[in-house]
Amino acid sequence: MKKDKKSFLTGNEVVIKAALAAGADSFYGYPITPATEIMDGWAEVYSKNSKLNFLQAEDEMSAGFLMIGAALTGKKAFTATTGVGNVLMQDPLSMAEAMELPTVAVIGQRGGPSTGSVIYSQQEVNLTCYGGNGEGYRVVYSPSNLQELYDYTIKAFNTAWKYLIPTFVLTDGYLLKTRSELNLYQPKANVTSKPLILKKANRNPNKESDYVNLVNTYAIEEECYEANIKLLNKFKKISPEIEESYSYNLNRQTKKLIIAHGLIASAAEEAINIIGKNKKVGLFVPKTLRPFPQKDLLKQLGKIKQIYIYESAANQLDRLVKEAIYGSRIPIKHFGYPALGIEAETIAKLI
Amino acid sequence: MDSFPKSWRKSTKPHSFCPGCGHPIVLKALGWAVEELKIQNKTAFGIDIGCSLLAWDFFNLDTIQTHHGRTVPVITGVKISRPDAVAIAYVGDGGAYAIGSQHLLSSLYKNINITVIIVNNANYGMTGGQEAPTTLPYQLTSSTPKGADNYYLDGIKMAASIANKNAYVARGCTDNPVQLKIFIRKALQNQIQKRGLSIVEALSYCPTNWKTDAKKTRAFIENLKKIYPIGEFVNNNEK
Repeated sequence: MKKDKKSFLTGNEVVIKAALAAGADSFYGYPITPATEIMDGWAEVYSKNSKLNFLQAEDEMSAGFLMIGAALTGKKAFTATTGVGNVLMQDPLSMAEAMELPTVAVIGQRGGPSTGSVIYSQQEVNLTCYGGNGEGYRVVYSPSNLQELYDYTIKAFNTAWKYLIPTFVLTDGYLLKTRSELNLYQPKANVTSKPLILKKANRNPNKESDYVNLVNTYAIEEECYEANIKLLNKFKKISPEIEESYSYNLNRQTKKLIIAHGLIASAAEEAINIIGKNKKVGLFVPKTLRPFPQKDLLKQLGKIKQIYIYESAANQLDRLVKEAIYGSRIPIKHFGYPALGIEAETIAKLI
Repeated sequence: MDSFPKSWRKSTKPHSFCPGCGHPIVLKALGWAVEELKIQNKTAFGIDIGCSLLAWDFFNLDTIQTHHGRTVPVITGVKISRPDAVAIAYVGDGGAYAIGSQHLLSSLYKNINITVIIVNNANYGMTGGQEAPTTLPYQLTSSTPKGADNYYLDGIKMAASIANKNAYVARGCTDNPVQLKIFIRKALQNQIQKRGLSIVEALSYCPTNWKTDAKKTRAFIENLKKIYPIGEFVNNNEK
């Protein structure tokens, strides 16, 4: 990756830069705080580039289905939403999950339930990882700072189109509206996109296999089961290639392990610096919440005597961690602050 | 209309619609319109959930199935991405006028350049004949056991009242397939000429849920035509 010059941008601007660097050519969305500026930002670049596509939809369902229509023709389309918009977005994204369609959605989490608040929240983890009437065959990245927002938005496009899977960048209003310095770069290569329908103009009108007939409904349970098992096996196969985690101050002496994701992971890293790196406190950060980096986490548990989980939700990360370390006897202290930010000093004091 | 269009997929016939259903008549009219315009290889055919989904493998046409009237935005996404394609959304009266009505309304006032074919059989067929926005006063359905109320929606009247002057809005009936084919062809031409939205509603038979024999089915459709008149309601293409 070629490092470019330093830039000073908001999170919303970072998403646009990353999408363009990843080869995105279409955006469909509906205004909702705090993700609106992503749509506005795209409208701005769209107005100056006739090769790009854009439509402000009548709601988030429409935005998601427009994105699916674009993806079917081989366009790299994306959307951005949050909160109750993310609830509606689960309708099209369940279809994308079922039909293995590549989509990218940036989620600027809001406080919930319902319309809640707009700045700090990690309450859309369950919804984003498992929303929809399926099993959650999707990829969810959780960046902790603006550089990671850039990195993982680019990665989201490449993951979506490499594996044909709906992919999410799960962030929040704080990160999207923060302005900070970061490195912009052009990735060496992006995964290319292929059309799934209207592939060629010259076809034999009588040759059935020359036409693509995609259905999202099954007449009998066994057919639906087969389709589910195919999705499950694919997800199991690709998960090890997708799972990502980050650790800080983790070594053989570490006795206390903090687990946090997104913005709170940044605060946790700062908390370790406040406490002192010699105090045997380490940090584990799942960068993919779905698939969850279970193997990475289990590897770190050897000498750990106490786990601390911090999140801006009552028990969403907590549930993912407990599922991942099922059978472990390490005690867990959980600090859930739904819709509240958590400062480094608070984390430092609690340990 | 006594033979079959080229796009007619032989291996999936006989089709899966109920005996006496109007869908195959509408689909055949569409097949002929596609053939006359020679657009088989650039058509994207979107179908909805409910009875329309049974058409997912009806044609040698690139076909995509979704649900709840969201066929309209899916097909719009296809059309924006591939302006050279002919994009068709094929939905029922429930998808068009109830659960997906915001999409139809939005495509109307934005004059989105796609074709929407709406099959109106005055009830929800696949789920067993519940009340639809098009259900007539006193009509017995499984969700109106004492008869429906006095209120109903003439979707084509609504569409015509807000459609752009370059749009095409018409209503045909399965009892006149030749006229229906002409309306659908004109709708597709409207799209090919980049004039904007084209909508054709087809009044359609549903003897299974109407619980009617042949004679009563005819009487039912005659009554439907009185409430929902046949004709072209926005058509400035030939002026």
